[in-house]
Amino acid sequence: MSDTITAPTLTAKDFSTDQEVRWCPGCGDYSILAQVQKVMPGLGIPRENIVIISGIGCSSRFPYYMNTYGMHSIHGRATAIASGLKASRPELSVWIVTGDGDGLSIGGNHTIHLLRRNFDVNVLLFNNQIYGLTKGQYSPTSEENKVTKSTPFGSIDHPFNPLALAMGADASFVARSMDRDPKHLQAMLIRANQHKGASFLEIYQNCNIFNDGAFEIFTEKGSKAQETIFLEQGKPLVFGAGADKGIRLDGFTPRIVDLADGSFSKDDLWIHDERDIYKAQILVRMFDDPHTEGHLPRPFGVFFENDRPCYEEMMLLQIEDAKARKAGDLDALLRGREVWTIS
Amino acid sequence: MVRKQETLHDVVIKFAGDSGDGMQLTGTQFTNNTALLGIDLSTFPDFPAEIRAPQGTLPGVSGFQLHFSSERVYTPGDACDVLVAMNAAALKTNLGALKKGGKIIVNTDGFDAKNLRLANYPEGENPLENGSLEGYDVLRMDVTKMTREALKEFTMGMKEKDRAKNMFVLGFLYWLYGRDMESTIGFLKDKFGKKPDIFDSNLKVLQAGYNYGETTEAFTTTYKVEKARMQPGNYRSVMGNQALAYGLIAAAQTSGLPLFLGTYPITPASDILHELSRHKNFGIRTFQAEDEIAAITSAIGAAYGGSLGVTTTSGPGMALKAEAMGLAVMLEIPLVIVDVQRGGPSTGLPTKTEQSDLLQAYYGRNGECPMPVISASTPADCFDAVYEAVRISVQHMTPVIFLSDGYIANGAEPWRFPQTADLPPIHVKFKTELGHGEEKLQPYLRDEKLVRPWAVPGTPGLEHRIGGLEKQNITGNISYDPDNHQLMVKIRQQKVDKIAEYVPEQKIDSGADKGRVLVLGWGSTYGAIKSAVGELQAAGHSVSHAHLRYLRPFPSNLGAILSNFDTVLIPEINNGQLIKIIRDVFLIDAKGYNKIMGVPITKTELVEEIRKHL
Ligand SMILES: Cc1ncc(C[n+]2csc(CCOP(=O)(O)OP(=O)(O)O)c2C)c(N)n1
Ligand code: SF4
Ligand SMILES: [Mg+2]
Repeated sequence: MSDTITAPTLTAKDFSTDQEVRWCPGCGDYSILAQVQKVMPGLGIPRENIVIISGIGCSSRFPYYMNTYGMHSIHGRATAIASGLKASRPELSVWIVTGDGDGLSIGGNHTIHLLRRNFDVNVLLFNNQIYGLTKGQYSPTSEENKVTKSTPFGSIDHPFNPLALAMGADASFVARSMDRDPKHLQAMLIRANQHKGASFLEIYQNCNIFNDGAFEIFTEKGSKAQETIFLEQGKPLVFGAGADKGIRLDGFTPRIVDLADGSFSKDDLWIHDERDIYKAQILVRMFDDPHTEGHLPRPFGVFFENDRPCYEEMMLLQIEDAKARKAGDLDALLRGREVWTIS
Repeated sequence: MVRKQETLHDVVIKFAGDSGDGMQLTGTQFTNNTALLGIDLSTFPDFPAEIRAPQGTLPGVSGFQLHFSSERVYTPGDACDVLVAMNAAALKTNLGALKKGGKIIVNTDGFDAKNLRLANYPEGENPLENGSLEGYDVLRMDVTKMTREALKEFTMGMKEKDRAKNMFVLGFLYWLYGRDMESTIGFLKDKFGKKPDIFDSNLKVLQAGYNYGETTEAFTTTYKVEKARMQPGNYRSVMGNQALAYGLIAAAQTSGLPLFLGTYPITPASDILHELSRHKNFGIRTFQAEDEIAAITSAIGAAYGGSLGVTTTSGPGMALKAEAMGLAVMLEIPLVIVDVQRGGPSTGLPTKTEQSDLLQAYYGRNGECPMPVISASTPADCFDAVYEAVRISVQHMTPVIFLSDGYIANGAEPWRFPQTADLPPIHVKFKTELGHGEEKLQPYLRDEKLVRPWAVPGTPGLEHRIGGLEKQNITGNISYDPDNHQLMVKIRQQKVDKIAEYVPEQKIDSGADKGRVLVLGWGSTYGAIKSAVGELQAAGHSVSHAHLRYLRPFPSNLGAILSNFDTVLIPEINNGQLIKIIRDVFLIDAKGYNKIMGVPITKTELVEEIRKHL
């Protein structure tokens, strides 16, 4: 999404509603809501031009708590509704809030098509690796062997890698953040909004009722530094408690190297380039199970961004073009080419 | 050579050939030529289900039926006077529909051993030689040979040359019916003007066909049909899907709403997309979505943003859209859902017609989910009827289902097209600011029609949230309150019922408003009922015809009309759908007549059926 016109200064409070927030206490959705409300005033978009469209799920309750235009629609279809809205009202700032079930299971088809068409909208995918609203069945992002209400013997479904899916659908902006890192999440929301084209932002979100701690290893102090890499444009891929480790590209294979023992320096590392589609393809594949031996850390940040025309712009261009060639004349249309008269 | 010219009142021609033989084009060309003379007409194309069924086989036969007359015409005709058969399969599949003594124009080249085998004639049997066509007037011509002969100077390949065969037949028919060929020459010029080779060859063969009639002594008679007495005015020929597309464009213009079509291709609805996508210069947005669900939901998104949202489909697509229609009902947002019906269930008979989805339109959604249902009765009627659907949708803030069918969609008839200035206005009101004393928008506060405001994103001060969860009356906030749910279900029903106050009363199409039998129809049975009832009325019988455009809610006087007849007969191309609703709503013992064969009801069978009730 790109910025539109500037508006009078608003505060986060101007974006909250009088509706009681109904998520479970401790749910990661609260933090995401807070960051969105904090970021919104700074985007300079008039409040009436912001539309938040969601599907169904705990996460999809989101629009009720945002004092903008909003629609809480049906399961999986927010992306398709947003497509029609954006196609017909390109000047609006359209945000889609969806869950891992909503956006990748029932609505998976619409998600990939929205991305390939590149509508200038922001997709916020709240990934809690579980169906929250329906009380705890596994989702298309749940890990293999996961025991849930619907998989008492463990899940045999292989999960999606959401960012690899987005890359496969030719998304023009691909990023990941987490509920527990407010600053990073705010930064990612701002970047997603700045991007002109479909922005796909996956947000790791804790469901403390049905899947508590799913992302703990990435979000909690004790392990975060070891297990995550925060991507920065033009900077080497460094991680670890004392920034003592890095990722080096060995051919097409990312490998962890030690920066402390003197065998490698920062100059040997993979330099992050959001504009490099090949690197981004590898980066989204850094998706190891963090409980396996020798696994790679999980990246967060902007993986990929490129510029390509937006659907709604091209649609408008065709219309303007057709009008310029010959404005529509209803009487001529109804008359057609061959007319006879009966007197 | 001097020949006799005979004047006829009424002719039905069936063009039949392999799907690659160009019979649809031949039929359409002859139709336009006929229309331009002011002769009344009605057509019925009959496509095979597969685009390329094996050549020469029975399933590969493609037909086009044209009924033209110096009297008013309401159907494509029951039985044919003339059958054009390009091959053995075409003869076999259509002979049954030819009148005794009718003319058969055969391409003898289509009756070689291979074609006979493909058409499942027993070994050694050739209908052209075994006497089975005795009693018919058979005009034999080797179209293939004469086409090649006409093109012997041309350098194109044999396959290319053979493609012009249909022009030979067309030229011959133009001669047979005393026509000039300007309309087709103009068409060829438009179509192939940039490919002079193709243009020249088609023209050459067309003329060869005409000359063949002129010079062959065996053909002693030509025929003429006078122009029909029709309402004065300017006419053109129009097909159902085309008229429907025009109706949407016109309604968009008079309402001032930008048109957004979200759709997914499906027979027989795709032509609406094809037509609308050509007219971007009217500011139309057409969106070919990834499936029917995205098609309707994108249209909902556009309608939410203040566009005229439309989605078009056929039965299977309707089923997929059901959940989203419920959302539109909850959102109380304008939306037009066009269902061009075809034979069902499941994939059913994609290219055949059926009044398959009335019950789906009425009841096919979860929850108490009433929506207005409007139908078209003829190809040209699609224009007016869809225009009405738009009016009701935007003025009553409700999704509306519009029912057409394959027969109407692909059929053509003369259309006394309107002038833009004569179109009734469609007033649309957006809410643009808070009313006096209003602190914030109450999205479900209603006016006297029970209609809520249309407040679109981008309007300062009216920010609000809507959704598919049950709403609290007036505020639109989520509510699980039992009394509120009952209230809202009743309000949504009343709102739709109330539309009856804003549509015209039901009229009797023909006959007295009291009597023995009322034939009540909806949709594409119009022509057959009109003709059958007309015939019986002329014979002095007490029978009337009423045809419904407004299927939900019914016009407020419908009950009174029904009660004035001893018997109400409801013919339908389905297993009895309207009849169920009529019995339910009016508690009358209506009788049904149901044909579920993928083809229209004929006048003849209907006359017979009505007689049983007289
Ligand atoms: C058509 C349809 N099918 C099923 C459901 C039930 N349902 C509601 S939400 C949901 C899954 C939600 O999971 P997710 O999208 O991950 O959202 P979360 O609750 O985890 O935020 C399901 C299966 C529904 N509302 N509609
Ligand atoms: S069930 Fe889980 S996702 Fe849903 S509100 Fe509760 S904690 Fe949040
Ligand atoms: Mg979830």
